Amino acid sequence: MTAAKRSWDRKAYLYILPTLAVIVLVFLFPLVQNARYSLLEMGQKGRPYSGMRNYGLLLSDDTFWISLRNNGLLILLVPLLVAVSLVFSVLLFQRIRGWKFYRGVVLFPYITSITAIGLFYSLFFQGQGMLNTFLERIGLGFLTVDWLGNKGWALAAVMFVVLWREFGFGTILFLARLMTVEEDIFDAARIDGAGWWRRMFAIVIPRLATVIEFYVFLMVVTMLSWVFNYVFVITLGGPARSTYVTEYYIFMQSFKLNRMGVASALSIILFLVTAALAFLSFRFRKRLYGEYE
Amino acid sequence: MASTNEIRKRRAVERALLGAARQTVLALVALVVFVPILYIIMASFKSKMDYVGNQIGLPAPFVLDNYRTLLKDGQILLWFANSAIVTGVSVASCTLIAVLGAFAFAKMRFPGKDRIFNLVISLMIIPPIVMLIPLFVLSTQVRLVNTYWSAIIIDAGLMLPFSVYLLRNFFITVPESIMNSARIDGCSDRGILFRIILPLSSSALITLTVVNVLWVWNELLIALIFLQKNTLTTLMVGLVQYQGKFKVNQPALLAGIFLSMIPMIVIYLVGQRFFVQGLTAGALKGE
Repeated sequence: MTAAKRSWDRKAYLYILPTLAVIVLVFLFPLVQNARYSLLEMGQKGRPYSGMRNYGLLLSDDTFWISLRNNGLLILLVPLLVAVSLVFSVLLFQRIRGWKFYRGVVLFPYITSITAIGLFYSLFFQGQGMLNTFLERIGLGFLTVDWLGNKGWALAAVMFVVLWREFGFGTILFLARLMTVEEDIFDAARIDGAGWWRRMFAIVIPRLATVIEFYVFLMVVTMLSWVFNYVFVITLGGPARSTYVTEYYIFMQSFKLNRMGVASALSIILFLVTAALAFLSFRFRKRLYGEYE
Repeated sequence: MASTNEIRKRRAVERALLGAARQTVLALVALVVFVPILYIIMASFKSKMDYVGNQIGLPAPFVLDNYRTLLKDGQILLWFANSAIVTGVSVASCTLIAVLGAFAFAKMRFPGKDRIFNLVISLMIIPPIVMLIPLFVLSTQVRLVNTYWSAIIIDAGLMLPFSVYLLRNFFITVPESIMNSARIDGCSDRGILFRIILPLSSSALITLTVVNVLWVWNELLIALIFLQKNTLTTLMVGLVQYQGKFKVNQPALLAGIFLSMIPMIVIYLVGQRFFVQGLTAGALKGE
């Protein structure tokens, strides 16, 4: 009796019940529902089954392809974020004077709200905004562009804000990992005459491999499906749909154009891609670092 | 051949140069980070005229008009209150639910434990937009749209996987021996959780609260969709609307932006250590 009791706490289910209830309500039920919606004619009475029609509509909509391209372009920020984070984390790790202060500085953008800072940048990049005023003031007037009104520049402006706000997270992550590495290794390498690049590639990057991989995964997912807020406050998808991203497309289709079926279809695709990335990352991790786990 | 003395001297010069280069790089970073914030603060004290004619200079004259405008017609106090209500209730309820769940995952044995736990934490990365349409349809059916509850429940739910994960990883480090001796003294499971584990976990609870409060306070999408009534507008949604409505009054918008950032800046200054812990917890544990 006691043995059975020790192997299984019946009360455990009471403790996880609230967690499970909320998870089902907020995650699992909506996911299943969304899969269903994507196969229905949501606009019509009775919501008749419409097969893959919503998916067809989605694929034949060029706004969808513009959105997808923009998410792809945002993913190009990931290598840049990794490089910047690597350099800054190593700089801070070398116990430069005031490193704790700088750590606070670097992480600061990450705590600002995307809405607040995005609204600021929307004023900053305006035709009559601070950036252009500043460029004119220092005699570089020929460089001024209506950054947010120009199809070629608007997404670049959004990308700049994403970079500004997100680089601190990677830096802090890498720094935290570096601090768990014995400092002697770095000193020993330096005494052996290893240069900065050599130390970077022979010591720093291998030690950080797991964290870098995790960060890359996280950032790819971010660029794919966590950038709505930036687009919504900086460009509203414009000019002429040139800064649409998949989330903004879902938002517009479902809450503005009342085409919930198409929005659901894209939601499901986004979910499947995110899940596939998570799975790949997990497998990759296991294969590479399995022996340490 | 150079004498050791010369080599040493050259090394010292190199090191000084390298140090100076590093300080320069970091000073530049600080500049890039702080210029927007300083600009927002500076511009919020400019008159409208001054802002147009003197966009990048210091305020001349220094005025409080923008803050007066905001308090008068911007309903900003209401937005603050709404954000505080949604943030406070959702973070508190999420924490309570997560404490119970994390305790079971950390310290109890039951069939399917690992599988359920992995399912819960794997939900962390799923973008909220994916769940939003069915949640909106459901909320409409049960008449929760345009009540605080819809946003509170959804925000709490979205924070839950991370919260369970962080607390479980902390609870697991509380030694069994302490729990066993309490059990011998007749302490129930609930007693162990609330009288022993929680008091030992204050730093984890603060970390979790800091990270979650920041997230809800800054959250836009859910508030935008579920709290559309004017009386329920949160600060972030309010700022966006303000931009649309009063496009001409930019300094007032900047003043609103600054006000909205103050609580989080204070939390960051006071609790930075916890914030760093919370952010790195996900990446460094379980490796």
